[in-house]
Order: sequence, then C-alpha cells, then structure tokens
Amino acid sequence: MYHKTLSYRIFSIFNNIFLSVVAVVCLLPLFHLLMVSLSSASAANGGLVTFWPVGFTLEAYSITFENENFISSLWVSLQRTVLGTTFAMLITSLAAYALSKETRDFRARKVYMWYFVITMLFSGGMIPNYILILKLGLMDTLLALILPVTVSVYNLILLLNFFRTVPRELEEAAFMDGAGHFRTFISIYLPVSMPALATISLFTMVMHWNAYFDGLIYIKETARLPLASFLQTIIVQADMTRFDPTVVQKLSQRTIRASQIFIGSLPILIAYPFLQRYFVKGIVIGAVKE
Amino acid sequence: MKATALQNTPPGLTQSKGKKKSKRQPWSLHLMVLPAVVLVFVFAYIPMTGISMAFQDYSARLGFLGSPWVGLKHFRSMFENEYFIQITWNTLLFACSKMALNLIIPFLFALLLNEVRHMGLKRGIQTLVYLPHFLSWVTLSGILIDVLAQTGLLNQFLSNVFGIKPIFFLGDGFWFRMTIIFSDVWKEFGFNTIVILAALSGINPSLYEAAEVDGATRLKQTLHITIPALIPIMIVIATLALGNVLNANFDQVFNLYSPLIYQQGDIIDTFVYREGLLSGQFSFATAVGLFKSGISLVLIIISYRLAYKFAGYRIF
Repeated sequence: MYHKTLSYRIFSIFNNIFLSVVAVVCLLPLFHLLMVSLSSASAANGGLVTFWPVGFTLEAYSITFENENFISSLWVSLQRTVLGTTFAMLITSLAAYALSKETRDFRARKVYMWYFVITMLFSGGMIPNYILILKLGLMDTLLALILPVTVSVYNLILLLNFFRTVPRELEEAAFMDGAGHFRTFISIYLPVSMPALATISLFTMVMHWNAYFDGLIYIKETARLPLASFLQTIIVQADMTRFDPTVVQKLSQRTIRASQIFIGSLPILIAYPFLQRYFVKGIVIGAVKE
Repeated sequence: MKATALQNTPPGLTQSKGKKKSKRQPWSLHLMVLPAVVLVFVFAYIPMTGISMAFQDYSARLGFLGSPWVGLKHFRSMFENEYFIQITWNTLLFACSKMALNLIIPFLFALLLNEVRHMGLKRGIQTLVYLPHFLSWVTLSGILIDVLAQTGLLNQFLSNVFGIKPIFFLGDGFWFRMTIIFSDVWKEFGFNTIVILAALSGINPSLYEAAEVDGATRLKQTLHITIPALIPIMIVIATLALGNVLNANFDQVFNLYSPLIYQQGDIIDTFVYREGLLSGQFSFATAVGLFKSGISLVLIIISYRLAYKFAGYRIF
C-alpha cells in the first residue's frame, strides 16, 4: 500500500499544509476587509489593521444602514432577485419541459432548439440592447433589469437535460391516468426535479444579486439603483456626483467602503456553504455528461 | 375520431404507441414554450437587427430606416485606428494568459487535492477556493482596490518582509496586466478544479488496485492512470475556452481600469462601451462590437466541433 511508505507520508503532510495555505490565502483579502470594516476609522486610515480589528466598533455599519441610498438600493436588489428568479424559473422550466420531449412526440422541438441556441452564439451587443430598452420605455424600471435576462439558454439546456433523466414510466403513468402536459409537468416533473431546480434558481439568484451593469446604464434615478450598481458607482468609480454632498464625506471613508462591500456580498456568503453541493451537482450536469 | 378511439383503448392493447403520443395535445407543448419564445424574440432577436447600425451613420433622430447607409466606412476607420490594434492585442494577451493559467493551475491543484485523504480537509479546501467564483467583480474589485492600494495590505506586507518600495498595482501598466491576469485566476481556478475533481472521481478504482498489485508507486499511478483519464475533460475545457479568445472579461477590466493605464489595460469591450454609450458614437461602437462577435462566433463553432470530435462533448 502506497499510503504507508515514508516518502508518501512526508509528501502528504506537505501537500496538506500547502493546499490549506493556498485555500486560506484565497479568502484572506475578504477577511482583511471585514476586519477593516470592524475597526475604528483612524486605525483603518493609518493602515494599522491586518487580520484583527483595531479599536473595535460597529460604527461603519450603523452609518451604512442610516444611509437612505444604501437602503433603497438594497430593497431594489432584493426585489429584482426574488421577482427575477421566480419569473425566470417559471418561464425556463415550462420551456425546458416541452423541449425535453423526444422529437417524435414534439416535432417542432428541433426548430425551437435552434431558435434558442442561435442567441447563445450571436447577440446584438450592448448598444442595440440599450436602444431597445430606451424605445420600449423601460428606462428606470425594474422590468429593464428582469425581462432581458429572464431566459438564459444555458440554464434552459441544463434543465432540459435534467428533465430527460426523469424515467419515462412516470410520465406514461400520468398520461394513462388522463393527465395532460401541464398536469404532468406540475405533479411529476417539478417534484422530482427539485435538486436541479434548486441549482438553477441559485445560479439565477447569484446572477441577479451580482448584476451591476444593467443598473448602471438603464437606471438613471439614484433611488432605483440596485445595490451592485450603487456599490460600483461609489466604490469602484468613486463617482459621488449622484449623491447628496452631505453624505459623500462619510461614504468615502475606508471603513464604510469596507462595510458596504461586505454587506453586499453577505447574502452570497450566507447561502454559499449550504448550497455549494448543489452548485457542484449543477456543474456536473452541465460539464461531464454522457 | 381515430385518435380518441386509440386513447380509450386499454393500455395492453395499444398498438402504435409512438403515433398515439404524437397526437396528444401538441398545442399545450407549444403553449409552454411560447413565453420563452416571445421574450427571446424581443430581447435577443430584435437587438440583432440593430447590427445594421454598423453600416449606417446612425442618429437617434433619423432612426434605423432614415439614417444614411455608409457601407464599410466604420470598419475601415477601425482598422486604420492604431489604438484599436493596441486594444486587440491587450484583449488577446489577457484572454490567452487567463485561459492557459486557468487550465494548468486547476489541473495541478485537483491532482494535489485528490491526494488529501482526510475528507473534511478536502471539502474545506474546496469550499474556500471555490467561493470567490460567486462574488461579483464589483465586490472583488472593491476588495482589490483596497488591498492593492499604495498603503494597502499587500504593499505593507511587501515592504515589511522584503523591503520593496510600494508598487502602484492599478496605476502602472505592467502591474495592471499582472493584476488582471492573476485576479482572474484567483476568482476562477476553484471552478475548474471542481470540474476536474468530478472527472477524477469517475476513474474506475480497479485500475488503481491493479497498478498497486503490480507495485506501481503513487507517482507512477498518477502519471499512467490519473493523467490519461483526465485528458478528455482537459480537451473539453481547452477547446470550449477557444471561443473566448476575444473575451478578456469586460466586468473585470471595467471595474479595475482607469484612464491612467488605457494603453496597457483597455480591451475591445470597454472601448465599445466608452465609444458607444459615453461618446455617443453608436455606429462606430456597433461596428467594433460586430467585428468582435463575428470572430468569436467562428471560433465558438470551431471549438464545439473540435470538442465533439476529440471528446464526444455535445451541449444538447
């Protein structure tokens, strides 16, 4: 047995240490930022904070949550994530069910498949999309953030591949009992596909929560900016022109920047460990299939 | 009438099963696809017609139908533009370096991770390295801007331990390029690692047992069993990445760059954004975007063909 040899044991110890160090280093920057956000402003500005809070205080968080712009953006992001994901799952799973049928049962399947796949290969690009939203009068609305990203062809394919693994006997039994396609979809396919639906819902939620660019170009009214776009504007672009001058002074402080970044990524950090296994499954469905 | 008769036949007596099913309410299947078809039509197909702008001098006042046609004028001015050559080179440099590193590093990492026998530790490491993949570039660049600042964590570390003078990571051309390439590896290597690990777990254990009986060391087993077994998935990852040769990652560059390092850091997508939406050169920007997506389209088709040919990979 190779595990028992001395050289393998030595390798194993070094290997474990090396990989653990790499893993910790990957999260160190985020951890550092969390510590900055929990430190006093003077310690943070003086560069005294490394991996432990200096002059521990929650002041940065209380200032962040007193900021009306931050709260309204948080609300917009919650809305778009919940509504956008629900809507996307509804439309995508319906279509995936129909397209998971054999060509023999649903002749138009091939045509529909190409209709969707072409949009994966080719798109009009940023400017025509912008003009379209403008002409539809969707500027400054939540719909501009939800409708264009509702149908992800990639998710559609993941889901229909999953539906195809549902044993045909289940479906045939339902048909035998007189159920139609809608009934079969709701009573058979949805319940047995919960893991796949959870995976794809999560992909969609993360996508919505993280999306910033659409908010940046489609939303002009500051109060309607989603959180990711809000953070992009004040932290990355450091563009304060959109905000009230009295709060600008506070917003640019290092500890407050850190607290905002941290709150912005908190939902993902919370959801992540519980649902990681679903993501792994999702990748496996998509990447290494027969 | 015939269809109803068939449907009422008891199950055991059904003769042409396929024919019977194809008669079952196909309209309800069409109805189920309909909402997705409509949304894709409006938000994907209609914008495609906007590509005509690339051949026009588009002005919002005249619209698509009224704006004058100018043929390939915008494409000509694009190739005559030295700056365009520079950003194409930047794009290729970023995309190719990331692609190579995001193939090699996850491969090595997965091989090493596969040797960790303590399941808890293995899972823990996986969890940590995979996390940055889910954070957005807004968050990550917020973190990077802080950590890479002149007085930031990394410069503090470098000056305390190695006595190096502070490096202007995001303001110096060379270091900006390094930042772009390695921060992408930071975010993405965990993702490919997991894909490769999944393939690793699919290797038949009896191969290893047989090798063990023959006295092969772990290193020999890795070289002769593990690595050959991973070749198909590596080919799939590599060929699928080919379609992204002109995708240097807009979100990343957009959130990290500044006018200071446009020469070394600007890429095609960020240029399209600035020319189009900020300067209002709709037609020129669309032409540049079209050039990029045209080449990408060809590359994607080639890469999928190759992935199918060499590894039997099909997307649907």
